[in-house]
Amino acid sequence: MNLLVTIAVALRALRVNALRSGLTMLGIIIGVAAVIAMVAVGAGAQERVNAQIESLGANLLIVFNASSRQGGAQGGSGTRPNLTLGDAVALQAEVDAVELAAPNVGGRAQVIFGNLNWSVTIQGTTPEYFPVREWEVVEGRAFGPEDVRGATKVAVLGQTVVENLFVDRNPIGETIRIKKVPFRVIGVLATKGQSSFGQDQDDVVLIPITTARKRVLGTNSKARPDSVNIIFLKAVNAERLKEAEEAVNDLLRQRHRIRPGEEDDFKVRNLEEITAARAASQKILTVLLSAVASIALLVGGIGIMNIMLVSVTERTREIGLRMALGARRKDIMVQFLVEAVTLSLIGGFIGIVAGLVGAAVIGSLADWPVKIQPTASLVAAVFSGAVGVFFGYYPARKAARLDPIDALRSE
Amino acid sequence: MADPLIQTKNLGRTYHLGDNVVPALRSVSMAIEPGEFVAVMGPSGSGKSTFMNLIGCLDRPTGGEYWLAGENVADLDIDALAGIRNRKIGFVFQTFNLLARTTALQNVEMPLLYSGIDSANRRERATARLTDVGLAERMDHTPSQLSGGQQQRVAIARALVNDPVLVLADEPTGALDSRTSIEIMSILQDLNTAGITIVIVTHEADIAQYAKRVVTFRDGVVLKDTPVTSRLFASDILKDWENPAEAMQ
Repeated sequence: MNLLVTIAVALRALRVNALRSGLTMLGIIIGVAAVIAMVAVGAGAQERVNAQIESLGANLLIVFNASSRQGGAQGGSGTRPNLTLGDAVALQAEVDAVELAAPNVGGRAQVIFGNLNWSVTIQGTTPEYFPVREWEVVEGRAFGPEDVRGATKVAVLGQTVVENLFVDRNPIGETIRIKKVPFRVIGVLATKGQSSFGQDQDDVVLIPITTARKRVLGTNSKARPDSVNIIFLKAVNAERLKEAEEAVNDLLRQRHRIRPGEEDDFKVRNLEEITAARAASQKILTVLLSAVASIALLVGGIGIMNIMLVSVTERTREIGLRMALGARRKDIMVQFLVEAVTLSLIGGFIGIVAGLVGAAVIGSLADWPVKIQPTASLVAAVFSGAVGVFFGYYPARKAARLDPIDALRSE
Repeated sequence: MADPLIQTKNLGRTYHLGDNVVPALRSVSMAIEPGEFVAVMGPSGSGKSTFMNLIGCLDRPTGGEYWLAGENVADLDIDALAGIRNRKIGFVFQTFNLLARTTALQNVEMPLLYSGIDSANRRERATARLTDVGLAERMDHTPSQLSGGQQQRVAIARALVNDPVLVLADEPTGALDSRTSIEIMSILQDLNTAGITIVIVTHEADIAQYAKRVVTFRDGVVLKDTPVTSRLFASDILKDWENPAEAMQ
């Protein structure tokens, strides 16, 4: 019997029991849809993490002040302000693998424009900050070295600040007040989005570091006047990141006169470590979800086997008749296998569509990035076909091994 | 006369039910010539069904030999027997055995699916056979839309579609009223007249009278094998049925 005819016969048999066929397919549909949606969601999450690593700057090193320890009590990060402007200058000048260094002081302050006000992170830094963070100024200009030297009262605003203070107005040239000090807005930063920790990176006002210290953040009486909170470093390239990290460590230990065996009073962080950990956790999530989806597919396959067994029992007489009229065992086998595979393939294709729709819905409802994986659809289609063959084989063999006389006699 | 169409020699079939050995058919040697019309009779357990299953190639003997149209089929494997059934034998069953929710045409086409005949040819041949049995108008009807007699005629068309040398009918009138039974016997007699060898199983003595020869089984052996002396002709009886006055004269 040729395959097209067999498929036509199988489709007819499935149509006769449309409801049952549909319910049987449901198992496969759910399994495949789950696989497709989960893979899409997982891939989207992965992509977002990758994008974050990019936006953070893949070549980025961050130097923090270490926590202080007084009488056994461990203070928080940055409680021992030992990093200085001089460190930043030295790091940029003396470490070959470091291209740029941007010292940074920061704090929260109320920013006022007209009758609107907004509480925001104020960061005092140097012009190097922009290339180090790979952060473009999309309107106006960044501040330059002369602004740092002269401690001018100029500000570059993040997108969130612009949205909240200058609803529909162009902020360039306007004057805002930070702690009652008037600042002229000279630039607006590109949108950066959330950090990997969910902070809004665009909720920021950048001002020259000198101005920040003198006018805005006040001075900590205990701290040295040139102390900084953080130094952002840009390595020459990603390959030399490790080398840069070691050289920075050595240079800072030397500058801070830390003897061998003594603890560092600073910490060097490589952002990739943080994001890699997050990526790994998302990978585990994807694996877990895929496992759940595979179990759903397995259950769907068992459903097909169950229904095919019922079908073989119900249609024993038909099988006997077909055999009497000349069907060989192979013909019967193929007929039932094709039915099982047709069930699972149709289920698979509906599942793929449902999975894609589901992924899109999850994407829009949960504001979660979703990335459709064409290979996942292909694998799901092949896999659902395989489920049909695997779970259809036993019932089909059972049908093919019936004795025509007994089969014809059955009720 | 040519070789017999069916020739058995000491044909036997023993079933093993647990430790019990049941000899359903002990030793049957018989010849059926081309063009014969044989009625097989006997009480249940007499071995007549076993005999029919064997000559229909649905079962394999445990002893003896069987030639069908000159071919020794006793030793063929299951799939080879399927091929013999498909090409040489047409089956008619007591309960018709048509596929539900499947049109008459598709039912008749079914044996051709297993002979590798293309769809245009299948359709042409099935249509011709259905026309032969007078159902040209009802080819698209499903069994539930047909009467019992019509269903059996579809089954006969199906049995004939592959031009078999032998038609085996197992109680073909068992599920039909007497008038319809005679109609079916009429069709079978016409086929026989056209040269097709027919073997039917029946427990009704009057149905056996339409055959040319009656073979009676008992306890797994042939008890009697006699020609029909006063044969009935279904077409005549049907004519009488339509003109009762004429029949009275």
